[in-house]
Amino acid sequence: MNQFAGSQYVIEVIYLIASALFIFSLKWMSSPATARHGIWAGEIGMVLAIAGTLLHHGIVDWKWIVVGLVLGSGIGIPLGMVQMTAVPQRTALSHAFGALCVTLVGTAEFYLRTPNVPKFMMSVLSMEVILGGLTFTGSLMAAGKLQEILPQRPITYKGQNLVNFLLFAIAVGSAIYLVLHPEARQFFPLIVGVSLIFGVLLIIPIGGADMPTVISLLNGYAGLSAAAMGFVLQNKLLIIAGALDGSSGLILSVIMSKAMNRSFTNVLFGAFGQVQVAAAGGQEAKPVHSATAEEAAAILSAANKVVIVPGYGMAVAQAQHKVRELYDILSKKGVDVRFAIHPVAGRMPGHMNVLLAEADIPYDRLIEMDEINGDFPQTDVALVIGANDVTNPAARTDTTSPIFGMPILDVDKAHTVMVIKRSMSPGFAGIDNPLYYLPNTLMLFGDAKQFVGAIVRELSGGH
Amino acid sequence: MGDNLIDDLFIFMLACFIGFEVIRHVSPLLHTPLMSLTNALDAIAVVGAIVLVGEKKSTFATILGTIAIVAATSNVVGGFFITDRMLKMFKSSRPSK
Repeated sequence: MNQFAGSQYVIEVIYLIASALFIFSLKWMSSPATARHGIWAGEIGMVLAIAGTLLHHGIVDWKWIVVGLVLGSGIGIPLGMVQMTAVPQRTALSHAFGALCVTLVGTAEFYLRTPNVPKFMMSVLSMEVILGGLTFTGSLMAAGKLQEILPQRPITYKGQNLVNFLLFAIAVGSAIYLVLHPEARQFFPLIVGVSLIFGVLLIIPIGGADMPTVISLLNGYAGLSAAAMGFVLQNKLLIIAGALDGSSGLILSVIMSKAMNRSFTNVLFGAFGQVQVAAAGGQEAKPVHSATAEEAAAILSAANKVVIVPGYGMAVAQAQHKVRELYDILSKKGVDVRFAIHPVAGRMPGHMNVLLAEADIPYDRLIEMDEINGDFPQTDVALVIGANDVTNPAARTDTTSPIFGMPILDVDKAHTVMVIKRSMSPGFAGIDNPLYYLPNTLMLFGDAKQFVGAIVRELSGGH
Repeated sequence: MGDNLIDDLFIFMLACFIGFEVIRHVSPLLHTPLMSLTNALDAIAVVGAIVLVGEKKSTFATILGTIAIVAATSNVVGGFFITDRMLKMFKSSRPSK
């Protein structure tokens, strides 16, 4: 910082332009019409910033920079080409990579700078590696759960929250000691190590249905750790990018936890799965009405207004392209078909929208919960495909239900409800769904993709 | 050093406000691409790693820095790539009708 060469001014100006481009990039994301401009702005900003950084007067060796850039691009291309159904785990993995970068740079800076580190610098440096470390392992765990390498069920044990709290306290305590005694370098590996373990333990009790909130939260942490790194390196561009990413992640987690009627702390420390096992245990076999594809097709073609409610089950069954065929054939018959999107349907924010867009369903047919809920009483058929908890009327009425208070899609108010489901087993959270036993509900048992395909065949052959 | 710190805190605070305002207006339709885009932008941390590796201050720093460059670059390339692929898919029914 003290040897301000001429090139340093050039770099700062380039960073200034890049910062503005990053802000425009996010601003243009507000609408699908301008969103692709946003990518270009981001890309130009990124290329400018990297090129500008290479002008840095202190750079004497290029070999490993080039190796890193080439290898990273080589890994990045396949990561950019994954299937749309794999986007949640890819996103979690990229949070892990971002946090890894921040943690490694923080670690290297620590050993280069100590023991002459001012107190403030040491505080942000510790914050950088604590947030970076826990985000790295936490995101890896989330990616593992989403990829189903790890069990998706919440893993809980007695005293879990106490253990987690103690670990976090050790990390923060060591960091404070290090701030006061910068020469005690032996504490640094402890901080990093404990943060890494903390990340793992923080995510194992979290179930699949909570993934949208958790991914958003990890996104926020990754951003804040990058901002902390910006403070350490006194790099304003990095502070701005980190602040933008951090606020984005935090806003999304607030939206997600609101959509589940739960607080952050509840998602992180609640271990959702535990309570419901008991709640579901008391359920006896109740009568349900089931229907065949033929009957379902007849009801759908007689309808004027149909609302399709997609959920994670649609993604698992890869049924989105069959759903598109159904949409096409019903639209051709003059049926008004729309899609009701719950904010936490799927495994990450906006998951269903991307899958349906991939299947070429126009985005103006995808309607948010608040907008479509009032229309269900005038809807002839609500077709639920692979969604469960977000349609559970117990959330409105049953104060003992663990999901009581969670905003849901009011499908039960439609004239006829059809639910495509493999079997009567309760959903991910293990909560029984009274929707299935309503007199106006028809259960369509089978694999989502095959069943929708069968309905499409009936509809195309039947006229 | 002290002045820089205060400047940086101001910048951080203002950037957070801009972030909150801008992101609040992003349609829920685009939350997934938003997340992959912010992820790519966040990988700007690569500039810190580049300087660290280029300055060649210690072997340890070079090794950690190179891994950091690999991790961040994969986010830059993969993040922009997949965001673009996603956004290409979002089509409106209005122009065709």
